[in-house]
Amino acid sequence: MPLLPPRWRLLLVAIAALSLPILSGLAWLLLTGWFDQVHGLVPTGRLGPDNWRFLWEAVGGRPSVWIPLRNSLIFSGVVATVVVLASSMAAYAISRLSFPGRAAYLGLVLVLHAFPAVSLIIAIFFILRRLGLFDTLTGVILVKASLELPLGIWLMKGFFDYLSWEMEMAALVDGVSRWTLFWRIALPMVRPGLLALGTFALLSAWGEFILPFTLIVSNQNWLMSAYLQTFLGEAFTDFGMVAAVGLFYAVPVIVLFLLGQRYLLNIYGGGVKG
Amino acid sequence: MKGIRVRLKGLAKHFGRVVALRTLDLDVRAGEMVAFLGPSGCGKTTTLLMIAGIYQPTAGEIYFGERRVEHLHPRDRDVGMVFQSYALYPHLTIFDNIAFPLTLKKIAPAEVARRVRQIADLLGIAHTLDRRPGQVSGGQQQRAALARALVKEPQVLLLDEPLSNLDAQIRVQARGEIRRLQQEIGVTSILVTHDQSEALAMADRVAVFSTGELQQFAPPDELYRRPANTFVARFVGYPPMNLLEGRYEPGAFVLDDLRIPVPPGHPAGRGWLGFRPEDATLDGDVPGRVTVAEALGRENLVTLRIGPAEVKVLVPQGRRPAPGTPARLGYRREHVHFFDASGRRVGA
Ligand SMILES: Nc1ncnc2c1ncn2[C@@H]1O[C@H](COP(=O)(O)OP(=O)(O)OP(=O)(O)O)[C@@H](O)[C@H]1O
Ligand SMILES: [Mg+2]
Repeated sequence: MPLLPPRWRLLLVAIAALSLPILSGLAWLLLTGWFDQVHGLVPTGRLGPDNWRFLWEAVGGRPSVWIPLRNSLIFSGVVATVVVLASSMAAYAISRLSFPGRAAYLGLVLVLHAFPAVSLIIAIFFILRRLGLFDTLTGVILVKASLELPLGIWLMKGFFDYLSWEMEMAALVDGVSRWTLFWRIALPMVRPGLLALGTFALLSAWGEFILPFTLIVSNQNWLMSAYLQTFLGEAFTDFGMVAAVGLFYAVPVIVLFLLGQRYLLNIYGGGVKG
Repeated sequence: MKGIRVRLKGLAKHFGRVVALRTLDLDVRAGEMVAFLGPSGCGKTTTLLMIAGIYQPTAGEIYFGERRVEHLHPRDRDVGMVFQSYALYPHLTIFDNIAFPLTLKKIAPAEVARRVRQIADLLGIAHTLDRRPGQVSGGQQQRAALARALVKEPQVLLLDEPLSNLDAQIRVQARGEIRRLQQEIGVTSILVTHDQSEALAMADRVAVFSTGELQQFAPPDELYRRPANTFVARFVGYPPMNLLEGRYEPGAFVLDDLRIPVPPGHPAGRGWLGFRPEDATLDGDVPGRVTVAEALGRENLVTLRIGPAEVKVLVPQGRRPAPGTPARLGYRREHVHFFDASGRRVGA
């Protein structure tokens, strides 16, 4: 490995220092997950899989962990898909078509994004109850997806704005319909945007806590975050198990990152080359 | 494949308050190549896009043969178009780019492949077919765009400044290639350009535009020999025609206190006198003084001040008078151009 120049080494030290709180948190998570007892960052108890027993048995009246895991996978997957599809269609319309109220709509979308989800939660609660969607996965999926849409629309609009008009005209002369134009020409060309938005939506949905916590009651519909939370709410908190569940909760994200690393780094590092 | 006659009747296009095209009547013969020539922003592209079906005309009619087409979607018009930026699809290979119009028509893959190869061979880009547009040269991109426009064997071919992104050498070569191909296929073609040498070299007839209006529609040599007005006279030909504004009296053109003898057939009253630099000489009888003498290579271009005006004279290489020297302007009478006060051509 080539030696870094001194100035870079200094930068590296600074980055390491800044990451220290997060890194020690992760270290705690790893250690606590695998040992009976941990003092500070020093393990004192036995090493063993005891904290992981939630994987094969239902712990303390909770459903098996595989149920919230399944729910979370469905939740994040569907939210990401809906967000990517709906935002790209809306953004394409805003970017390419002229219709009355276009500017007003664009402003409204931005204003909507300014409201934090928590401030809307009571209204959302009543609406979902009215629609019979309270305490259902479908209900939270719809709410979460709509809250992500404003950002998605703005992001995708930026990408579509960069597409050349001549290219779309060429496609029209070649014989496409509006729909084929969107599907076969416009979408493939904003693929980096789709990937970025999809990843953000997926991660945001995976980590979402407030919505599932308030809008879902039955434990059959729990998401992972709500499942994890129940361990913290007890009189006696089993930190070993909290850590183990936390690690388990993080595994799919890590897997996703490892699989998609090449693409993601490409996006953030200046776009996928065409 | 045979081209089709294209007629434009009272065609107009407004963008809000901007008038891109005032009103245009044009009759393009089947198989003919017509060039739209004019300065930037005069409505050439707009006209082309209306013919292609991208823009709806504000008024007027478009006929392909006997069929009215201005209400038709582009895909039902049977046109091929090459854009200035080529507008190739960057995420598809050259093969898929060229094949795209055919796949949309649900033609069998084997037939698509056959036709793509055929047109690619014809244009000499067969070896680039599995590359992406970003991985081939500008000239190859231009041919790929041309191939994509031609592969569906359209009745009308529209070319919007197809050569302006090529460097000068390839441009002259591509010019000849496109023209040969067009004649071979016989497709009715409209070429937009603001390069007059391109228009004159490639087209059967040239339509000269100024802002939003057709000025003249004629074969290249007629455009050059008999410009319909001062705009065309100034626009076509390089160096541009000398145009003097003054007053006609019987047998002479009067410019302040200068009298330039003119042959018969001239208008009366105020008007313009025109003659090209190559039809002017330094051996006449109108007194003037040399201000600049530039070497153009084959010839020298001398700028002469006569009275209140400046005129340009092309002289043979050996002759390059120094600035300040007196000279006497003359011109070949048989190549004189008369225009009335509104700029319209008078006489033959
Ligand atoms: N989509 C549009 N919206 C508003 N105005 C337009 C639009 N397209 C063209 N125009 C205007 O119409 C006029 C003619 O434009 P056009 O593109 O046809 O010019 P052109 O002759 O092709 O010029 P160039 O040689 O620069 O390509 C210009 O004044 C232009 O600003
Ligand atoms: Mg143009």
